Amino acid sequence: MSILINSDTRLAVAGITGREGSFHTLNNRAYGTNVVGGINPKKAGENVEGIPVFANWADCVAETQANTAMIFVPPPFAAASALEAAAAGVAVVIIITEGIPAHDELKLYNQVKRDYPGTTIIGPNCPGILSPGEANVGIIPASFFKPGNVGVVSRSGTLTYQIGNELAQKGFGNSSIVGIGGDPVPGSSFIDIIELFENDPQTELIVMSGEIGGSAEEEAAEYVKNHVTKPVVAYIAGFTAPEGKQMGHAGAIVSGSAGTAKAKAEALEAAGIRVGRTPTQTAEIAMEILGAPVA
Amino acid sequence: MDLLEYQGKQLFGKHGLAVSDGKAVTTVEDAVAAANEIGYPVVVKAQVLIGGRGKAGGVKLAANEEEAREHATNILGLDIKGHITRTIWIEHASDIDTEYYASVLLDRSAKKPLVMFSIEGGIEIETVAEETPEKLIKYHVDPLVGLTKEEAIKIATDGKAAADVIDGVADALVALYEVWIEEDASLAEINPLIITPDRQVKALDAKVTLDGNAAFRHPDHADLGDKANADPIEVKAAEQGVVYVKLDGNIGILGNGAGLVMSTLDVVAQHGGEPANFLDAGGGSDAAKVKQAVELILSNDSVTAVLFNIFGGITRCDEVANGLIAAFGDLKPTVPFVVRLDGTNDVLGREILEKAALPNVHAAKTMDEAAEQVVALAKGN
Repeated sequence: MSILINSDTRLAVAGITGREGSFHTLNNRAYGTNVVGGINPKKAGENVEGIPVFANWADCVAETQANTAMIFVPPPFAAASALEAAAAGVAVVIIITEGIPAHDELKLYNQVKRDYPGTTIIGPNCPGILSPGEANVGIIPASFFKPGNVGVVSRSGTLTYQIGNELAQKGFGNSSIVGIGGDPVPGSSFIDIIELFENDPQTELIVMSGEIGGSAEEEAAEYVKNHVTKPVVAYIAGFTAPEGKQMGHAGAIVSGSAGTAKAKAEALEAAGIRVGRTPTQTAEIAMEILGAPVA
Repeated sequence: MDLLEYQGKQLFGKHGLAVSDGKAVTTVEDAVAAANEIGYPVVVKAQVLIGGRGKAGGVKLAANEEEAREHATNILGLDIKGHITRTIWIEHASDIDTEYYASVLLDRSAKKPLVMFSIEGGIEIETVAEETPEKLIKYHVDPLVGLTKEEAIKIATDGKAAADVIDGVADALVALYEVWIEEDASLAEINPLIITPDRQVKALDAKVTLDGNAAFRHPDHADLGDKANADPIEVKAAEQGVVYVKLDGNIGILGNGAGLVMSTLDVVAQHGGEPANFLDAGGGSDAAKVKQAVELILSNDSVTAVLFNIFGGITRCDEVANGLIAAFGDLKPTVPFVVRLDGTNDVLGREILEKAALPNVHAAKTMDEAAEQVVALAKGN
């Protein structure tokens, strides 16, 4: 088992005809993901290496029964495309696009919650999801990861690879790796993903990788304390970040005393979650808890 | 992007919020002319993006031309916690009966816009929240509907605004919400929102932060912010589409992906080093981008060593290696570099670097090892 995407995933991609969109779509297909269609209103009827292109999400879903969407279109159009996918009945919508206005994300989140509660949004500004051995949707370099019992959820893409790689070098594989993105209003939060890992029989340990800004890590700490039986290990980036400076991600900013790495680490530790001080140490804690993996 | 007070007030005025007439000026002569035109008494206010302007002597009342000249002379050029005052705002002094507080911001936890209102204005709102939380009204707005006048009246009433200004306060809240939505703000705050003796409701200050991601639909926002006090390297980086934040140390940092770069800064600090900057070269960095980034890092004279920490996803390590070689060819850096390449095409990238045998470039296998090396090199060891 894995979470959110697996061998039953039927993926369609908005922005499939773009340079990045086509590159990563074909990468995902080469990994074994079942890519059934793409969207581009101006190129309906064409195909990308055999993947049919549709004018809109409704046509695509009717024709291909796509159940998973990947959004690669530019920021001004990305939220609208994600909403259209949800309206067409797609169950999991993964938004890779970086740079979407926060208000667009805010309206998207609230509208999907109200009108299409059956749809899960992942991202925006995220690397996607990898369920090793089953499916890859997004830009995670899959060759570094193999199937296993560690679930990873992270706000940062490259930091996910770093921690995933540290785990891989110690012999661990992953049930799923989920990037929830570094924006102020992510479609899914740590809690949503941790809940899925808690209910996933393959996952025996959960690694969460957070960063400065907002209070999602503190909320996750509270949730884990009250609802999660599996061990959770955390890492937080941004201890040296100065106040008031946005550290790359739109959501990564310390404002006043709120959102500091120190406060987050303390909240997690108070909830009984061990926090690694470096990515390497985070992987070492995971190994201490699970024991060395059986080769 | 944070706006100066007068820029915020101009946005307020555009959406129907009452503000005092005023003028932004950059010279003493213009300040005096503006004060004469507006009519005394006037307030002379330093326009800097930092709190505590009043305590620092950056806000003064002038009753006549002589005082206006004196205050403008003193305030222009005034250093307020490292922010040099280059613009002052002259506005007609307001008579104040009462000071309230109002703001709209994004509640990331609730994933809703949050309207806050209090009749305890003019002081730090954090203090109100801590000491008399019952006096701070917090109201979540449905972003699919917006803030209605009825809701705004309820907020003003619940907050115990004076009965004769409830309608005026409600109008101000609705206008402030409109500023927040239509200008793509992440914060729109008025402290104080004043009630004048003749019962007018007016914004005496303005604190507005705009969402840079929404800049594409606001061409009129391009000139806002405190450009004069921005770090020149940060400005250049932004023009190149690279995220660079200047820090106080001496170890230049380049990485790909915001999270990994933040983590790199932390690991360097844990090894006793002090990062000189945050630089996220971004996904898919090609050789040209890497070269530009090296140039940015080295344009900070404090840098005595540089760390490259790359975990390639979209980014290909061979491209990074080629970019570094190109940068060395053009820039001929004199400080040592430590380079850690992992991820997509890492073996190839390391081979390219090894063959190029750049002077004073050290390869590291892991992030920890890289941090340890660069800290030693920065100290001259």
